[in-house]
Amino acid sequence: MKNHTIAFAVMAAIAAGCATAPTEDELAAKAHDVLKRSFEPRGQAGLDRLDQDSLQRMCSKYSGGNALPADVAERLQKEQMALIKYPASGKLIGDWKRGEKIAQSGRGGQFSDDPKKPSGANCYACHQLTKQEISYGTIGPSLYNFAKLRGYGPDIQKYAWNKVYNSHAYVACSSMPRFGYKGILTEEQMQDLVALLMDPASPVNH
Amino acid sequence: MKHTWERAARVALAAVLTAGASASAQDRSAVEEIEKYRAALGDGNPAELWEARGEALWKEKAGPRNASLEKCDLGLGPGVVRGAYAQLPRYFADTDMVQDLESRLVTCRVTLQGLTPEEARKNPFGSTGKKVVNDALVAFITSESRDVKMNVSTAHPKEQAAYELGREIFFYRGGPYDFACATCHGVDNVRIRLQDLPNLTRQNDAQRAYTTWPAYRVSQGEVRTFQWRLEDCFRQQRFPHLKFTSEASIALTMFLAKNANGAPFNAPAIKR
Ligand code: HEC
Ligand code: HEC
Repeated sequence: MKNHTIAFAVMAAIAAGCATAPTEDELAAKAHDVLKRSFEPRGQAGLDRLDQDSLQRMCSKYSGGNALPADVAERLQKEQMALIKYPASGKLIGDWKRGEKIAQSGRGGQFSDDPKKPSGANCYACHQLTKQEISYGTIGPSLYNFAKLRGYGPDIQKYAWNKVYNSHAYVACSSMPRFGYKGILTEEQMQDLVALLMDPASPVNH
Repeated sequence: MKHTWERAARVALAAVLTAGASASAQDRSAVEEIEKYRAALGDGNPAELWEARGEALWKEKAGPRNASLEKCDLGLGPGVVRGAYAQLPRYFADTDMVQDLESRLVTCRVTLQGLTPEEARKNPFGSTGKKVVNDALVAFITSESRDVKMNVSTAHPKEQAAYELGREIFFYRGGPYDFACATCHGVDNVRIRLQDLPNLTRQNDAQRAYTTWPAYRVSQGEVRTFQWRLEDCFRQQRFPHLKFTSEASIALTMFLAKNANGAPFNAPAIKR
């Protein structure tokens, strides 16, 4: 019986053509094909969402115990930095009060969300921001006292803008969404969020 | 008596939800309320209503062939239910496929009862006022693996391939938010707002999560299956809609079930 089972397994392996394990690239291509067959479009979420861009591809490849090599990380950061755009006015700061509301809202992007309504940023899902809000997640670091600790100057302002626009410009394969590059948030919403982080009057900084 | 549990749960939850704190503070106190409720119930769980209905459906003659499902082979031989779920997903020679419980039930409802595959796949998840066959059958069959150790095999090459594919999908980043399962379930001890996230790449977290689905969700008044859990997490991932019993969902289930090996199965459970 046992021999029979082994013989069967060997035969099946030969039949399946997998004498050698598939390479990571073959597996990724297969995952893509299977995902395309396994989903259906719904609401705003079409099947094109399953197609990976080069960053998503590299960050999937280097995950699950397969460490991201330093030279690849450096290249990805450069590429992502080059994608960042700035408001024509040059103004990076808006209204922190509006920013706080945007940071609280978790809506947007799901097939159950109305695409005509503006998206929230859901910063609180992953970050502590203020002392008042105790319901915050811990996937990202605490941002409480962000500017108080780093300074209120134009370089930190720009860093905050860049981070919200495209977090991978500094940390390749960050878990944080690319709110600007992916068009999740409008320019004005991002100005308001930078204000939330940077304004000395914002509850983030006291 | 069983109906009283369900009502008590809803009342307790409604009280929490109208308390007027911020959305996720409500979640946290809801969790605490449910813990209290669960402690008060002892061993009771409204999921027993689904289990009983599922057992009746398993034995009831139905479909164009007017046959029951009692000859359905869930992997341990025709009609053997006890312990079957703890070894699923697995390879089935008759379909030449790796199947999880729900795709296997579709096969049985087609071959034994004469339904079309479309009919057998219709309405997988119940809702208020709408009872469905699938979640009841799943509640019954999973309950018959309670206290059985998870023992999923990857000895067959197709099982191994499904496991590897499931793993690949778990780490697959995509969509407008660049999320993968691993974004939310690949790190230890983190939470979204106040909801703790299991690190499903770790054996003990994977075991605790997998062995407690399906679950009666007090907030929804429904028994939710593992396929429902996957579908809802893919929605949060901003992916399109996961098709019921699709290849991707079977592969992911294979990955997570195998990672739970060794732990006693303990569901249908009860959750917030
Ligand atoms: C899904 C999780 C997630 C969400 C949502 C998220 N972040 Fe992050 N964020 C992270 C992670 C993880 C890091 C650390 C890695 C990195 O720097 O990219 C981070 C880092 C940061 C940093 C850099 C912190 C430092 O010490 O330099 C800033 C600033 C930031 N996030 C702001 C925001 C803002 C503002 C929002 C909402 C618009 C937001 N994040 C939404 C996960 C998230
Ligand atoms: C954007 C965040 C996010 C993503 C992406 C995500 N999940 Fe989840 N997941 C959650 C949250 C939040 C919960 C807890 C929900 C609750 O308690 O109601 C959860 C719960 C679960 C559970 C149940 C855990 C338990 O102990 O009951 C499983 C299993 C799971 N997710 C698997 C997955 C898989 C597989 C994927 C990828 C297909 C995935 N998740 C993607 C946020 C996410």
